[in-house]
Amino acid sequence: MNTDTETRPTAARVEPLPPEARFSLRARAHHLDRISEALWVGVPRRIGDIAENDARRAVCLGPDEWLLTLPEDQGAGLKARMAEIRHDAPHALADISDRELCYRISGPGAAQIVAMGCPRDLRALVTGRAVRTVFDGASVILWREAEDSFRLDIWRSFAPHALALVETGIEELRAGL
Amino acid sequence: MLLIHCPYCDETLPEAEFAYAGEAHVSRAAVPSEVTDEVWRDFLFYRSNVRGPHYERWRHVYGCGRFFNAVRDTVSDRFLTTYEAGAPKPALTDLEGQK
Repeated sequence: MNTDTETRPTAARVEPLPPEARFSLRARAHHLDRISEALWVGVPRRIGDIAENDARRAVCLGPDEWLLTLPEDQGAGLKARMAEIRHDAPHALADISDRELCYRISGPGAAQIVAMGCPRDLRALVTGRAVRTVFDGASVILWREAEDSFRLDIWRSFAPHALALVETGIEELRAGL
Repeated sequence: MLLIHCPYCDETLPEAEFAYAGEAHVSRAAVPSEVTDEVWRDFLFYRSNVRGPHYERWRHVYGCGRFFNAVRDTVSDRFLTTYEAGAPKPALTDLEGQK
């Protein structure tokens, strides 16, 4: 065992993120303008892009699928606005706030930690994009918030499993393995 | 690990994000009760099982979630092309030129 582990700076750390309102939105392309008005954030069309307006975010996950995140107290308002436009712009909006737990993995070794469980080429996931991918067998949404900071949204039943891998990785980095 | 190009995400991604979904361009009879037993049997159970370029379906299950079609050489495991579901079947002669 290395004796200087106490003084070695932490290469990566993981922290849980506070709760927020999250929705899954499915809709057709020709209704998106109307929907963007009601959401108060323009929905991006390219898979992996994130649009942001005053703490409300829309992530394009698929050709007709978006993830919406917003402050916890704005969830009810969004539901009400979307219900009003359901005849003009038919869509499916599901409240998934409770489905996932979110973690931030940051630090100089963050990419190394994420790469332990995710087979993607992380260099291709540039800052400001988010994609659904796989992390150690579990479906996750991986956000690249900065060069050395990732956010992981993971279904809550898989979270202890994924977190165990992340924490093991952080320990290994700290020990210089 | 194979790298597969998803035509919806427009990115080339690791095989671990995808699931194989059988042969492509197998069409179901519009009115199954009107076809003969042999035609229905062939639709359900008979596949071409080619040695060489094979038209097949894949799903980007850990990603955009979409099904799409691919042409993969079953000998070399090389993907000749991938294209969106519903797009016409590309001719092999066009693909072989790209090898």
